[in-house]
Amino acid sequence: MRTIDITSQSVRDLNQALHDQAPECTEREWKVLNPAGKHNIACGLDQNLSVDIMGHTGYFCGGMNKKAHLVIHGNAGQGVGENMMSGSIRVKGDASQAAGATAHGGLLVIEGNAGARCGISMKGVDIVVKGNVGHMSCFMGQAGHLVVCGDAGDALGDSLYEVQIFVKGNVKSLGADCIEKEMRAEHLQTLKELFNRSGIDEEPEAFKRYGSARNLYNFKVDNASAY
Amino acid sequence: MCGIVGLYLKNPALGPKLGALFEPMLIAMTERGPDSAGFAIYGDEVPEHWIKLTLRHPDPHFDWEALAERAKTELSAQLSWFQNANVAVFKLEADEVSARDWFAEHAKDVLILSVGRSIEILKEVGLPIEISERFSLSGMQGTHIIGHTRMATESAVTMAGSHPFSTGMDLCLVHNGSLSNHNRLRENLRREGISFETENDSEVAAGYLTWRLREGDSLKQALESALTDLDGFFTFTIGTRDGFAVIRDPIACKPAVLAETDDYVAMASEYQALTSLPGIENAKVWEPEPATVYAWERASV
Repeated sequence: MRTIDITSQSVRDLNQALHDQAPECTEREWKVLNPAGKHNIACGLDQNLSVDIMGHTGYFCGGMNKKAHLVIHGNAGQGVGENMMSGSIRVKGDASQAAGATAHGGLLVIEGNAGARCGISMKGVDIVVKGNVGHMSCFMGQAGHLVVCGDAGDALGDSLYEVQIFVKGNVKSLGADCIEKEMRAEHLQTLKELFNRSGIDEEPEAFKRYGSARNLYNFKVDNASAY
Repeated sequence: MCGIVGLYLKNPALGPKLGALFEPMLIAMTERGPDSAGFAIYGDEVPEHWIKLTLRHPDPHFDWEALAERAKTELSAQLSWFQNANVAVFKLEADEVSARDWFAEHAKDVLILSVGRSIEILKEVGLPIEISERFSLSGMQGTHIIGHTRMATESAVTMAGSHPFSTGMDLCLVHNGSLSNHNRLRENLRREGISFETENDSEVAAGYLTWRLREGDSLKQALESALTDLDGFFTFTIGTRDGFAVIRDPIACKPAVLAETDDYVAMASEYQALTSLPGIENAKVWEPEPATVYAWERASV
């Protein structure tokens, strides 16, 4: 295991050391000390590394992640895992707004609450939140799954494309073109697999499913008031 | 951009260290606001029927002694004063209106930064570290303090655009964001007798709160009506003589983090401004919810 302390080395040094593992992996396990809310920690990784970040992180931690597995032992600032491609990110605390924004793949697990706009414009990532999500979560979500074990704020799934959303608690309000849908056997199976992958103990039967009504895909003048 | 920070002490034993605890918080927000910086510190309260004014003159060699002597004679008030860089704090036995009128008439080049029983506002154009050093922030004592680092986006880098803004006794506001209905609101508030020194949107928010508090609202009530009447983006941190509050607009684009321990409540735009606080590792750290008032007030003495 290699340990990097950001009080003595810069975030740039850390990220370079992690990027150097991309062509050939010589050290699989990494520990980052004193993240101190700094931005862009462990961004752009492209190797099957395991990175433990021991504290709170600033903006865009784990952005563009490919293959690597990150655990943030604290809270994450805005845009954690934004544009992630694969691998996984686990946040032990809360995540600020726009967690998993535009992410294409991989798994993002938030053990606390997520702020506003969680999964905004997500494109294939799976996001599992143990607590609540804020308003406008999954706005314009295109593909992937968003699972919320707590409550969802206002305008969930506004202008939604094809993300499947599962919520156990209350939904304050649904956004334009987002509707509750029937939970069929295949969806229960999907949820079960997501819980297994994220190590979260929940009963799929306790969840409701939400998805797109598919009325706003193309502009129709009759729908003008819904935009 | 812009960075805002605040520190409210729950444990009075930390009072002598308030400035030293706060200085690294302000400096940590340099990247969010390198153009100007300022802070409002509360403490060293003057007795009832006295007020304290923070006054600024552009000339560092300005003759404060002479101004103090004239004020003492012409206002026939007891007065004491001290100087800090190009700013002076005058404590006098007088009411706000007569003091403001006298300074407006007899010391036109002197800018009144704050009036109250507890508040002192210090602000300048420049990097946060330069402002803290100029005013010897690290040695200051008090009960609570709020600060701002500005990245000017919509108006020039000037003293007039520097935060914090104070529009009434002991009230102070720092703002990250921008308001869209400030011109209409400023006109309405002027009709209510609130005066403004600048064309800045954040000053209007401070004036709005001054008006609501004057009409008898509690700090919490004033902030709840602000959610209805102010249109735009904002994270505010507000100081009053006894209180400290944080509020974000319903859209909540502008960041905020709160931390609380038995000793203090701290607010910052980003967590990285809180890392130097004692016991932060075990503090309760959370992101304030949109459109929700967070307020702490100590019982008035």
